[in-house]
Amino acid sequence: MTDSKYFTTTKKGEIFELKSELNNDKKEKKKEAVKKVIASMTVGKDVSALFPDVVNCMQTDNLELKKLVYLYLMNYAKSQPDMAIMAVNTFVKDCEDPNPLIRALAVRTMGCIRVDKITEYLCEPLRKCLKDEDPYVRKTAAVCVAKLYDINSSMVEDQGFLDQLKDLLSDSNPMVVANAVAALSEINESSSSGSPLVEMTPQTVNKLLTALNECTEWGQVFILDSLANYSPRDEREAQSTCERITPRLAHANAAVVLSAVKVLMKFMEMLPSDSEFVTSLTKKLAPPLVTLLSSEPEVQYVALRNINLIVQKRPDILKHEMKVFFVKYNDPIYVKLEKLDIMIRLASQANVAQVLSELKEYATEVDVDFVRKAVRAIGRCAIKVEQSAERCVSTLLDLIQTKVNYVVQEAIVVIKDIFRKYPNKYESIISTLCENLDTLDEPEARASMIWIIGEYAERIDNADELLESFLEGFADENSQVQLQLLTAIVKLFLKRPSDTQELVQQVLSLATQDSDNPDLRDRGFIYWRLLSTDPAAAKEVVLAEKPLISEETDLLEPTLLDELICHISSLASVYHKPPSAFVEGRSGIRKSLPASARAGSEGVESTESQAAPAVIPAQDSLIGDLLSMDIGGPTVAPVAAAPAAPFGSAAMDLLGGGLDTLLGETSSSPAPPSALPASSAALLGDIFGAPAASATYVAPKTTWLPAEKGKGLDISGSFVRRNGQLFMDLTFSNKAMQPMLGFAIQFNKNSFGITPASPLQVQSPLPPGVAADASLPLATTGPVQKMEPLTTLQVAVKNNVDVMYFACQIPMHALFVEDGQMDKRVFLATWKEIPAQNEVQYTITNVMHSADSNFTDTVVSRMQQNNVFTIAKRNVEGQDMLYQSLKLTNGIWVLNELKIQPGNPNITLSLKSRTPNVAEGVFQAYDNILHG
Amino acid sequence: MIGGLFVYNHKGEVLISRVYRDDIGRNAVDAFRVNVIHARQQVRSPVTNIARTSFFHIKRANIWMAAVTKQNVNAAMVFEFMLKVIDVMQSYFGKISEENIKNNFVLIYELLDEILDFGYPQNTDTGVLKTFITQQGIKSQTKEEQAQITSQVTGQIGWRREGIKYRRNELFLDVLEYVNLLMSPQGQVLSAHVAGKVVMKSYLSGMPECKFGINDKIVMEAKGKGMTTEDPARSGKPVVVIDDCQFHQCVKLSKFETEHSISFIPPDGEFELMRYRTTKDISLPFRVIPLVREVGRTKMEVKVVLKSNFKQSLLGQKIEVKIPTPLNTSGVQLICLKGKAKYKASENAIVWKCVFACFPQMKQLLKVIKFSESSAWQD
Repeated sequence: MTDSKYFTTTKKGEIFELKSELNNDKKEKKKEAVKKVIASMTVGKDVSALFPDVVNCMQTDNLELKKLVYLYLMNYAKSQPDMAIMAVNTFVKDCEDPNPLIRALAVRTMGCIRVDKITEYLCEPLRKCLKDEDPYVRKTAAVCVAKLYDINSSMVEDQGFLDQLKDLLSDSNPMVVANAVAALSEINESSSSGSPLVEMTPQTVNKLLTALNECTEWGQVFILDSLANYSPRDEREAQSTCERITPRLAHANAAVVLSAVKVLMKFMEMLPSDSEFVTSLTKKLAPPLVTLLSSEPEVQYVALRNINLIVQKRPDILKHEMKVFFVKYNDPIYVKLEKLDIMIRLASQANVAQVLSELKEYATEVDVDFVRKAVRAIGRCAIKVEQSAERCVSTLLDLIQTKVNYVVQEAIVVIKDIFRKYPNKYESIISTLCENLDTLDEPEARASMIWIIGEYAERIDNADELLESFLEGFADENSQVQLQLLTAIVKLFLKRPSDTQELVQQVLSLATQDSDNPDLRDRGFIYWRLLSTDPAAAKEVVLAEKPLISEETDLLEPTLLDELICHISSLASVYHKPPSAFVEGRSGIRKSLPASARAGSEGVESTESQAAPAVIPAQDSLIGDLLSMDIGGPTVAPVAAAPAAPFGSAAMDLLGGGLDTLLGETSSSPAPPSALPASSAALLGDIFGAPAASATYVAPKTTWLPAEKGKGLDISGSFVRRNGQLFMDLTFSNKAMQPMLGFAIQFNKNSFGITPASPLQVQSPLPPGVAADASLPLATTGPVQKMEPLTTLQVAVKNNVDVMYFACQIPMHALFVEDGQMDKRVFLATWKEIPAQNEVQYTITNVMHSADSNFTDTVVSRMQQNNVFTIAKRNVEGQDMLYQSLKLTNGIWVLNELKIQPGNPNITLSLKSRTPNVAEGVFQAYDNILHG
Repeated sequence: MIGGLFVYNHKGEVLISRVYRDDIGRNAVDAFRVNVIHARQQVRSPVTNIARTSFFHIKRANIWMAAVTKQNVNAAMVFEFMLKVIDVMQSYFGKISEENIKNNFVLIYELLDEILDFGYPQNTDTGVLKTFITQQGIKSQTKEEQAQITSQVTGQIGWRREGIKYRRNELFLDVLEYVNLLMSPQGQVLSAHVAGKVVMKSYLSGMPECKFGINDKIVMEAKGKGMTTEDPARSGKPVVVIDDCQFHQCVKLSKFETEHSISFIPPDGEFELMRYRTTKDISLPFRVIPLVREVGRTKMEVKVVLKSNFKQSLLGQKIEVKIPTPLNTSGVQLICLKGKAKYKASENAIVWKCVFACFPQMKQLLKVIKFSESSAWQD
């Protein structure tokens, strides 16, 4: 008799029957009944009603029966917590059983029962089991700590299980070590504080590396994965760790190999890239990666996804291995698609001929997706390797001749890209493309074809007819096609104005009047306005020369790639997404590659990272504050555009106002200063401003938002005063892979009521790798909220990628206003009036040129340039006493007394103000000005 | 880590369902059935994400196995583990089939309880598992036996139990090589490599430490710094040039790294000691020359010529040539000069079996004329 019979009971009254069988006296009958219950449970029937009867069977010597009952318990205990308590006694007793297998079984099962009352009883047995003499029990108990942490993290911390777990890292048994590492890693990942609860030390790493040689394949994976989270202290440690891990690359288990690759890839970052060690390591990495391609297809898939990352990070490793990625006819489709991706990444001048002949074959395969990708790949080859462009184009033409619908469409899409990359080279093939116009039914292909017609309208005799034919079904087209058609017809009109006027009018009215797509309508209006006001300008705008497209369009963003390299072999590397994109609820610690040891910028980076936490408040509170603000878009815009016409007026009028500014920007006619980039604004300041203004101390720009926090956007900036106006000078650098646009900025309420006085004007779109300056005029009339420290300004910057938050410090001197000169008598009176406890003293040390005879005058003029005015000057016992006043943007007066001793580089500064908490900032300002 | 493991038959009925973590509910079982098993298309990826839950799935014979998780698990480990589970099941009850799984479901649950704890794979070595999980239920064990079991499950040498005794100590070694070849339609070899494995059957007493070498010296290409100056093939002794090799977990990898010696304490019985890959000097045993001609829109003629390339003294046996056919093939006409050929619609292939006699440079011919239904061709 076999067990399959248990699956077939579907009679009525089954539960009742099972109940009586469970209560049968005969052991065999009981076991049969429990098996039936488990079988029912497996197929999804609810057998929770039998809970008490099954639990009754628990007290048995028969281990098999016991295991079955435990299985049942794990499934249903949560639904019957009160009943589950009945089982506690047996568990506790089993934890004391002389048989280690039973002790382990009990503690393993108990951890899986998520009932509070049971968890309470778990602590004592678990503590004992963690110290059990039998390694089998200890290794089970180690995992149980992770289970308990998942149920009740505070209990684990309070009961000291973490320390016990840590002790297990030095256990004599490698398997216990491996499980303890796995449990600790999980606890660290899920810790609510976001920082690891247990830090790894070089000693533990050493122990782990020793255990690595002795434990099971899975244990090796746990250890390697946790090593990947460790950052070696220095180059030497990184190298020696790498040396000890390298032998794992010859393991038969792909998971061990990939985890070892992960650690090596990460630690290699720390080593100088030109060292012999790195070169030999790079050589050693290739063969195991290639061997992974001989494993089962599912493992191959994981390996290929990871190789895709590795090739992007270190193209050298596999550059000679192109051939192994050639597709086999019997590969599963997912393996084929991934191989194709990697082939393109490895394509170079040396191997492009081979690649191309392969791709040509693939384009005649059966699977539609694969064929499409192959065709696209040919296009990418052309763009990547210039020498091959001609062959690629002729291959694509051959493919178009096949007339296979989706091949033709895909080919046209990539040919459009080739035109963008090599303009005026392959346009002779346009006629062939036009022949296939009727077969195109996918939006992307149609849009591409329309773009080609519009772009090369002057070379296509019947361009107007072709476009007109598309226009007939304008309303039914995809919006992508509609937009493209609109632009193409406008291009055509600008090139051949005589005979296409009717067509352009038709499309403009279709776009503006009959469409409810705002994008289309807006574009229609802009073209219309542009054409009617200044056709010459329209020509310049619409027919402007386009920038060439870049070679690799589908590379991962460098910051994301670095993060994914830290996740090699994991699900994140399979999805090519950071874990936060698919894992719920856990804040998790973002992983990043260690900084290269020899990078010249290391010093700068480390000081920055140290300084950052002091300036930027905890991310959470910052976001909390800023979230209360509305970041819907450039919120300042409505203020600036306040005089705009009321909504009821005709659309054309509305546009009239808006369009002028638009034109202003593109044709660079005189525009309001705010619209000008920072550099020229500064230039204007230099020319027109008071001569003294040029000497204003300007703090060098500091990085406020590093690219890794800003999703590729790097912002640095400073605050300056120009002509009595406070400006925020910003530099936006796009370090991501795609262009950024739609920039907007907002400030949180701050101590000085600073708000943007006009919308942010940044070059948009901002292409990758480009930095743009912007100068943002600031008003000081916004809502006030005291910040700590006082000069903190919390900023939110929005672009098409995300909203980024950062905090920066406003140097106090930027807030000194021009009318800060106090009358002598008022000064004296005020000085007396302010109580003595409001006086703060400070010493400015090491002021330069203090030996000069006219040093005091230098100080006076320097301070004057920065709106600190000297009211009086006295000489007392060889010391110069300077009395200075200044006023902040919010009307706070600050009175200062400077004591200057000739020859002494230190200046004593006494400050009096009704609000003495500004003192800190003022001292800082003095420091900067006198040192700057 | 792995949150649950499910086994289904081809219809999507659950055969085994074991949940390890609280974040995986019963609905995950159904989600997979609906979205993957019942989806009317080919599997596009062995990892499927449904509502922030990731499913790793493999299909063997008619059985689906899915591992479910909500976390960022080690994907390679999950697949390796699932393949291992299949191995373990096969060594316990033979072929993976619905029948066998149903017959052994209690055993499977017991195994799953042992080899996966809270989603973390534990010792999966069948040799060890079989010492305390058996199909006949649990034998009552003495205290010594219990201690022995636990020390073995957790021991350094987790793949071999102590106290094995044989009257005759024997060791068998098989070297199996798979020649992989990719050829362009023009007959040009695009890539060729040999994937070999060394399979060992050991019947040895005690804890023997074995050493194994190939020509007493393996030259790993990746390591050969002196390779450029001294070509190993010219240095007189024949040397096996191996691109890469991988070893069973019993091999001491660190020793191989430093001393290039393969030393190990073998598991009892049959196991795969090592796998290797070479790309140098591959002599192909056969040449296959296909000639394809399209005769009209619905007809295709395929001629396959097979040429042997090996020594006279050898005999090629159990040679099988598979010729894949389009899905819409309606009929096949075969002319076979040697051996037997058959069209297998279920595999979408023509299978030609033949035995090569010892003639050198022997040619064999198979002529296939295929007919396809005209309606199946889309114009």
